[in-house]
Amino acid sequence: MPSKFVVATFLDPDSLLAAVRTLRVHSFPIYDVYSPYPVHHLDSAMGLRRTRLPWVTFCAGLTGTTLALSFLFYTTILDWPMNVGGKPDNSTLAFVPISFELTVLIGGLSTVAALLFRARLFPGKKERLPVPSLTDDTFALVLRRRNDHFDPLLVARLLTSSGAREICEIEAQL
Amino acid sequence: MSVMTATSVSTAPQLLPPPRWVDEDVSLQQITDDISRPMEARPGKGWWICFAFALAGLIDLVVMVTWLFAKGIGVWGLNNSVGWAFAITNFVFWIGIGHAGTLISAILLLFRQQWRTSINRSAEAMTIMAVMCAGMFPLLHLGRPWDAYFIFPYFPNQRGPLWVNFRSPLVWDVFAISTYFTISLVFWFLGLVPDLATLRDRATGRIKKFIFGFLSMGWNGSFRTWARYEMVSLILAGLATPLVLSVHSIVSMDFATSLVPGWHATIFPPYFVAGAIYSGFGMVLTLLIITRQTMHLERYITMQHLDRMAKVTMLTGMIVSYAYATEFFSAWYGGNLYERYHFINRATGPYAWCFYLMVLCNVITPHFLWFKQARSSVAVLFIVSILVNIGMWFERFVIIVVGLHRAFLPSAWGMFYPTRYDIGLLVGSFGLFFTLFLLFIRVLPMIAMWEIKGVAANSAHIAKISKIARYYPAEENSEVAMNA
Repeated sequence: MPSKFVVATFLDPDSLLAAVRTLRVHSFPIYDVYSPYPVHHLDSAMGLRRTRLPWVTFCAGLTGTTLALSFLFYTTILDWPMNVGGKPDNSTLAFVPISFELTVLIGGLSTVAALLFRARLFPGKKERLPVPSLTDDTFALVLRRRNDHFDPLLVARLLTSSGAREICEIEAQL
Repeated sequence: MSVMTATSVSTAPQLLPPPRWVDEDVSLQQITDDISRPMEARPGKGWWICFAFALAGLIDLVVMVTWLFAKGIGVWGLNNSVGWAFAITNFVFWIGIGHAGTLISAILLLFRQQWRTSINRSAEAMTIMAVMCAGMFPLLHLGRPWDAYFIFPYFPNQRGPLWVNFRSPLVWDVFAISTYFTISLVFWFLGLVPDLATLRDRATGRIKKFIFGFLSMGWNGSFRTWARYEMVSLILAGLATPLVLSVHSIVSMDFATSLVPGWHATIFPPYFVAGAIYSGFGMVLTLLIITRQTMHLERYITMQHLDRMAKVTMLTGMIVSYAYATEFFSAWYGGNLYERYHFINRATGPYAWCFYLMVLCNVITPHFLWFKQARSSVAVLFIVSILVNIGMWFERFVIIVVGLHRAFLPSAWGMFYPTRYDIGLLVGSFGLFFTLFLLFIRVLPMIAMWEIKGVAANSAHIAKISKIARYYPAEENSEVAMNA
């Protein structure tokens, strides 16, 4: 379902940051900001909440450790206890390396999977770019034009004063 | 710090200018163009010459592996005394090479070292290719490589209730290396995604557009995604850091948990990790000097980058030398006859020339890097990096073969002489490695464009701030006073 957006493009990150701050002072909700690289301090300027992805790593990592340890205990103590060099069946210390590796493996892969899921990225997805060359050298700030309270003239003035190079209105699905 | 007056600030010594990791002021577009150029233009003569050599090596590998599979590992020079030789030496060598890539991509990210941005992509690619070369050798060494899946536990267990021995470091190795390969590959690919999107948006051909479009997963540079993406990069770096230390520690335990004199030492894990980073930096230097010259990326891979890498090489080289000394000291001081004989044999026995070559390359060579002139000469650095590679290969050979050829029973002593198949496989693994690397620098951006853009913009930003401070001292000072 396409909706209306106001897109302002910038050529340098400082004006983009200034524009984001100004618009937020005037309490315009920012739909999104696009940049060719992660601009410093933009997250605090946009008021983004800290991502909860580290929790995914933690939980998945813990699952990995538990799975690995239970599997090792099951195979070497319950399923087929085997005397190797007179070492005890429950050689917990010897289980550390494999448990560690599986913790890292499952933790890492789950984190990446969670990122792709949350950011809705998947192989073959068609990109949705508000303006071209965003992945090259252009920065863009996108506002959603939702209702009549939106004052396009004020927005245009604020954006221009912060250094926007071009402001346009598009109807698209972002 | 209470009230800071205007005069005290203006007379305060200036801060050192921030280091610049990109030569000259370049625009963001220029960065994209420069880094995409090798992929869009036809390769130069230098690339073709390197590729011809690499491809010849790869063909040699195919022939050698075919012959090995047809005849069995009897074609190697192995015997009852020396059951591990070239294959395991090559395995440890290649795994070690990979470690520098992870150090650059993960550990230096955690330490916020900006100089990694020019080299991390190619160093990570090197890791993946080196681990592929490494993983090949234990499989070839199995004798029956088609049964390789036996080393993985699987459900339902069709080997009766019998499982692999999870107390064995050889099984730990299987887990460590497959995890290392997977995580490195994912980390590397994730880092590539924004650059693949850049390539997608500038691709002109339909096939190129489709491939880059498919792989870039619809990336559009949304900052909400960037924020999450940066966090995930940090998490992966945090996971990869202990992982890389664990991998070579576990590789060293293949030796250290045995009783063979010269192997049975608690110093092995840190010693191997330092050696791995040392050899890996040697290889990174070799590769980056080649790519820098053949792809003309001197603006991004500057002499400062080579200088930093040379310093890391020197430091890790000295750690390795210290480990060698410690081994000899504990052999003398430990009072174990077999251990002591092993080290006497190492320095005076039939393989002494390997030992002295190793000392020459790993103990003496790094000290050339104390000199600024040596670090700022590409030719010297290239020679040093080659010597480091040779030295580290011989280190593993000395540890493995000298340890085995005269162990406990003199009646079981023997010698190992490599056959043409041993040497052919070693050369072939280099062929595989360089073929993959040369293809990589042709089809993918070998420098992380988005990371370079961040660093370049950052330094421009800092320059702008310092200019403001110079022109408007009063304003700046009032701010300082307010903050205080």
